[in-house]
Amino acid sequence: MKVKDVAEKLGLKVFSAPQGLEREVSGGYTSDLLSDVMGHSQEGQIWITLQTHKNIMAVASLRDLAAIILVKGFEPDADTMELSEQEGIPVLGTRMQAFELSGSLYEILK
Amino acid sequence: MKLEYKVEGGDFTAAGFASSQIKKILKQLNIDPSVIKRVVIALYEAEVNIVAHAYRGVIKAHIESGGITLTLEDEGPGIPDVEMAMTPGFSTATKAVREMGFGAGMGLPNISENADSFNIETIVGKGTTLTIGIKFK
Repeated sequence: MKVKDVAEKLGLKVFSAPQGLEREVSGGYTSDLLSDVMGHSQEGQIWITLQTHKNIMAVASLRDLAAIILVKGFEPDADTMELSEQEGIPVLGTRMQAFELSGSLYEILK
Repeated sequence: MKLEYKVEGGDFTAAGFASSQIKKILKQLNIDPSVIKRVVIALYEAEVNIVAHAYRGVIKAHIESGGITLTLEDEGPGIPDVEMAMTPGFSTATKAVREMGFGAGMGLPNISENADSFNIETIVGKGTTLTIGIKFK
């Protein structure tokens, strides 16, 4: 499944890097601790978080994640979107909270 | 190949720059992706540690045919109790740093898990030097 399919099925807002919507999704990882994601996420996963600052893009890029989804209506900082465009890794958003979104993503990926 | 990057304490906007540069170089050198992953995790954590805890530091990377040696030398408060600092979950990070999702006490354990060799030299009130070695095979 591609990031764009996930975005369509879950009704996600695309904040940045629409060129990255073709990236393949291998799974998901839900965490707000950057070291946890750094150490334990896998390549191609979608990262679900409420962190909005630029460092999430550094982690997503270093770990080759497919995309980031911000929960609870949070929006990315301006420099986060800038880096997202540069890296071609989309930042998406939803009003759902992390538990609900993780469940929905799990359902469509299984 | 020898590379050098300066890191400023407190500047989270630049955190990860050295890790990203070294990742690109290792990719160009066709290093095994699972090895690159370990280098990137260890280096990013060490880089963030300088930003979160020290005043400034220098990252030196020495890439040879058999592996990479990373030396991260900072001017900072030093680590009073290294054993404690190595304990997963233990952190001295400030509230602001924790709110960003850093400072969960996973940094040094993450480095140690991903390195083939790992050494900490620290002098309280002066600074800390980490030496991280990762073999390519």
